[in-house]
Amino acid sequence: MWIYIVRRLVWIPILLLFVSLVTFALGRFGPGDPVVVMLGNRYDESTAERLRDELGLNRPFVVQYGDYMWGFFRGDFGESLRFRGRPVRDLILPKMWVSAQLGFAALIISVGVGLPLGFYIATRQGSWIDPTSVALSLFIMSIPVMVIAPALLWLGCLKLSWFPCSGWGGFFDSRLVIPAIVMGVPGIAGMTRIMRASTLDVLGQDFIRTARAKGLSNWKVNSVHVFQNAMIPIVTILAFSFAGLIGGAFITETILGIPGIGRFAVDSIFDRDYPVIMAITLIGSIAFVIANLIADISYAFIDPRIRLN
Amino acid sequence: MKLESFFHLIKSNDRHLPRFIQRLLRKKIAMVCILALVVLYTCGIFAECVSPYGYTDQDYSSILQSPNSDHWAGTDRTGRDVLTRTLWGVQNTLILTVVAMLTGGLVIGLTLGLVAGYMGGKTDGVIMRVGEVFASFPDILLVIILAATLRPRILEIARWLEDTTALEGIVRTGVVDYFVVSFALVAFGWVGMARLVRGQILALRETDYIQAARAIGASTKRILFMHLLPNCISVIVVTVSMGMGALTGTEIVLSWLGLGIQPPRPSLGTMLLGAGNIGTLRDTPWELLVPGLAAFIMVVAWNLLGDALSDALNPRTR
Repeated sequence: MWIYIVRRLVWIPILLLFVSLVTFALGRFGPGDPVVVMLGNRYDESTAERLRDELGLNRPFVVQYGDYMWGFFRGDFGESLRFRGRPVRDLILPKMWVSAQLGFAALIISVGVGLPLGFYIATRQGSWIDPTSVALSLFIMSIPVMVIAPALLWLGCLKLSWFPCSGWGGFFDSRLVIPAIVMGVPGIAGMTRIMRASTLDVLGQDFIRTARAKGLSNWKVNSVHVFQNAMIPIVTILAFSFAGLIGGAFITETILGIPGIGRFAVDSIFDRDYPVIMAITLIGSIAFVIANLIADISYAFIDPRIRLN
Repeated sequence: MKLESFFHLIKSNDRHLPRFIQRLLRKKIAMVCILALVVLYTCGIFAECVSPYGYTDQDYSSILQSPNSDHWAGTDRTGRDVLTRTLWGVQNTLILTVVAMLTGGLVIGLTLGLVAGYMGGKTDGVIMRVGEVFASFPDILLVIILAATLRPRILEIARWLEDTTALEGIVRTGVVDYFVVSFALVAFGWVGMARLVRGQILALRETDYIQAARAIGASTKRILFMHLLPNCISVIVVTVSMGMGALTGTEIVLSWLGLGIQPPRPSLGTMLLGAGNIGTLRDTPWELLVPGLAAFIMVVAWNLLGDALSDALNPRTR
């Protein structure tokens, strides 16, 4: 067990080295000279050269990379090219906070609806509800974000005028509703499927039959024995689904005008703001890797049947 | 592989194949999905013949029309027929996803999975670690970065080719776009397939019949392709179906971000981008309807089909 954890921990820096090297290389050797973008029509050779020296873009690749990574681990992500002189950290932290709130709201929707629904479906095994719900959940998961977001915008804002059309007003603002639904509903489908499978697995176990045999009420068997054991694998999925939210955030935030990290990442990619792209990719990858690690380890701790070798 | 043995393979399978088809035919959802995909893709491939309009035809006498008998899905602000453009977009999506699936999923993913699972040891370690690196990126972000940074480089190469050789019009045909998008899709498409096949092989490798084949001196190639591969087919079929759904989704995201097929060629992503902003939604909401439906149908049909296939192929539910 401990060997497994140590091995996974050793693997993380190697992974991140690859991720950072690839991103850094794509940024440096990729197209669109950032100096040209920055200067715009004030561009001339000597100014450009001076600016390159100033930004350290003339140094060898390895030196630039080392310098960047050294700064990164001290919490200094460099300066944005697009917003001249603004530290990347100050730019992305408030945006990450916005996205985190949105992700949390989406997660509440998917967990709050998905878990009870999946549990209910599993206990009704054999009736028409079960196959229908499986198909239905796949159906819902398949709606592309760039279709459902405008569709909800049209319905909720233009037709019914329930919500303001775009923007962000914090966690307790009605403008949170549409993006949270857009990002949370596909999660409901996933959560339902997993909870259903997990519950079915538990229902087939001997200890459930024992519990029923000794005369426990149906409610007690379901709530104490089935539900709690069915929750075990869900821990893993929660971490994964949080990472999965990153993908949906790009499009949802852009369409609905939310000043989050997803939209900022997309803008930065198009403006070739490499320090920002680099920081977002690295932070995203670190979060992703660590979420997976925590999920795997907690899974092993909770369920003693799993041996990690 | 000898032709004779190949026939033998088909023959030995011919008891399973009809049974599988029978089971699949009984699934109404699967049939509906296949029908929807066939109709949509056929219309897409033959978009030129199906539709009376061209995808760039601008008819200023009929701009911003809601759906009617001439323009079934309405027209946009320059009078282009939305249905026609959707069908061309479907064609683009079809080409890109099939190319990415064939190269990334089937050729690269399948081979690496087979090799990793069968060889084990160092080979397995290297392949799986590389896969892990790819899987630990937030993939959509990296696909975007790849597509954004690769496009101008490849365009440069294409222009250079045009200049130095007698070839002309490489850039104009849009080949570059197809190349960039499929490359970005392939880069992440292979990992899932490789992992699944590897897992399957690991389980099969220790079975008695493989041991027996090895004992009578069958070559590695024969064991891999005659014994192991046919037994992974069910996993592969399901993964391909689900994977096509995912690839279609990613392709639409890329073109939505402006990184896919470039205008004037229509793509579903750019159409959805245009239809999705608040001004267009207010004036011409129908512009969202048909491209959105087409995108949705493709993704959902592949996913539901994959689900039905896994039911039909799973020996435990037989």
